[in-house]
Amino acid sequence: MLQQVVAYSYQIGFSFSIFVLISLGLAIIFGMMRVINLAQGEFLMLGAYASIYAVKAGLNIWLSFLVAAVVVGIFGMVVERMLIRFLYGRLLDTLLATWGLSLFLVGGVTTLLGPQTESVAADLGFVTISGLAMPKYGLVLMVIAGVLLALSWSLWRYTRFGLIVRGTMQNAHMASAMGVNTGRVYMLTFGFGSAITGFTGAALVPIFGASPTMGGYYIAKAFITVISGGPLPLLGTATASALFATIDGVVSYRTSSVLGEIGVLLVAIVLLRLLPLGVTGRLRHGV
Amino acid sequence: MGFRSMTVRIDEMTRTAEPPRWWWWAAIIAVTIMLMLLPSYLKISQINGISKLFPLGLLAVSMGFMWGFAGMLSFGQTSFFGLGGYIYAVLSLYSGETSWPLIAAILLPMLFALLLGYFMIYGRISDIYFSVVTLVVTLILEKAIRSTSGDQYTVLGVRLNGQNGIPTVPSLQLPVEFKTELHAIFYLAAGVLVLVYVGLRLLLTTKFGRALAGIRENPRRMELLGYDVRRYRLGVFVLCSGIAALAGVLRAVWGNYVGPQMFDLNQAGQVVIWVIVGGRTTLLGPIVGAGGVQYLAAWLGTQAVGQISLILGLVLMLVVLVFSQGLLPSLGIAFAYARDHLILRRKI
Repeated sequence: MLQQVVAYSYQIGFSFSIFVLISLGLAIIFGMMRVINLAQGEFLMLGAYASIYAVKAGLNIWLSFLVAAVVVGIFGMVVERMLIRFLYGRLLDTLLATWGLSLFLVGGVTTLLGPQTESVAADLGFVTISGLAMPKYGLVLMVIAGVLLALSWSLWRYTRFGLIVRGTMQNAHMASAMGVNTGRVYMLTFGFGSAITGFTGAALVPIFGASPTMGGYYIAKAFITVISGGPLPLLGTATASALFATIDGVVSYRTSSVLGEIGVLLVAIVLLRLLPLGVTGRLRHGV
Repeated sequence: MGFRSMTVRIDEMTRTAEPPRWWWWAAIIAVTIMLMLLPSYLKISQINGISKLFPLGLLAVSMGFMWGFAGMLSFGQTSFFGLGGYIYAVLSLYSGETSWPLIAAILLPMLFALLLGYFMIYGRISDIYFSVVTLVVTLILEKAIRSTSGDQYTVLGVRLNGQNGIPTVPSLQLPVEFKTELHAIFYLAAGVLVLVYVGLRLLLTTKFGRALAGIRENPRRMELLGYDVRRYRLGVFVLCSGIAALAGVLRAVWGNYVGPQMFDLNQAGQVVIWVIVGGRTTLLGPIVGAGGVQYLAAWLGTQAVGQISLILGLVLMLVVLVFSQGLLPSLGIAFAYARDHLILRRKI
């Protein structure tokens, strides 16, 4: 009995951390900035490759996560300056252009690095709780997800930068009239979202590895999580992740991971009928 | 809702609410005759290559019609395309018949579209969520199909084969005899494409089509005028998914094969690219775009430039940044500008 409880909580917690990790960057880029970034999965992929090559160059695996964050963050800022900034307010064109970017990145990485899956192991071993052996790295992921959520929440909620960003996203003209360089704020926010995406992409490597087409596996989950989350990006993403992780965790544990994903999709579609604005649709204040 | 942001002012370019003129009918008849004569002047490999384009063109039409004439951008057309193909494959292998599996392969995806569309459209999710949710559906269906390798995944005794897809999909049994099987597919696919095109063009002249144009231009005003916008949108969604499913059946018949690539993200992306390149403002544009881009991709494939998606991605980004109205309409605007500013000035 206890064993079952432990097994289910591990499965749900693990699933929760995966949902949070793949959708946190999107929560900032899509949830806050309203940029439909279909290349989000490819940003994860770039982060994954950055960390793999950092480890190959002899770096510690934990430090390689930071390298991935920096690399993808800078890449995100470049993309924002060269592509995204022409497209604010043109939702559909953003969608098409970032789709192009996604195809471009998949094609480019396949050409440069080859189509095979690469991986790096994080040999942490197992921890045994009431007779169940669980990989320690899974627990580490849960901690990473929690810390990232808390960090980004406090950044938006308590710092001056967070205040300026939220103000700019609410009303760019007003912020600009108050002397804020909104172009720079957009660039930095997009860069921050990309950096988080790079970090989480790297953190997923020891479990799922990296391949040029890996982005396609995460993009669907990430978007339904952020959409179901609604207008408050962080709180919504966390709530939706918890809901979906419970479904995904239980269904995956009992049957297969694909059925878990289909279950999540069905629940998300019914949820959109009941709460078209998302889980946090009725809330007005917060992040 | 912001459907207006993604609309195109087509009324200025084509008066689709009016019944087509005589020259339109003449053009249709000319094209039909040309298509009927074409195979006798072509090599078998060329016939094969061209008949592959017809189902894809049909898929592009099903997307372009919704996008350009109802203002709904659906990325889920590939999911109905794939579902249609798979349902036909499974049912025809199961029964050995092809006529009722064909009908079922169109009706079942339409039923699926009805359910999915009900939740999305009656939930009044915004235009962009509509695009994203349809995208998510096709991605997850693809994943589900890919995971069905293994003996335990059989539907009605037909193995789904996961990544590898189902080979040996039976060809349609047609009441008319053709010279070869390839000729049959060519005439069938071309005929369906022409019929669907004519049908959609005529649909635009009906009350339904006029209401659609109104909804595209201003949904709120249409609602105030007493039209149930959601019902019209759901209707278009179901209709176009039926067309996509029919395209999927034709694709399955063309290669005697269905595979998870039919749901593929690249496939979905390519359809969007065709529609943009060909221009969403006309019904014909997506068909031309589908043919052109497919040809380009095939040509690039023979030129050994490496990844095709690299080039397609670049094309997509450039088109959005430089020709934000789409390629053909941009040319039209440039032409109108030249006419007004260069030629007219000379007259004055």
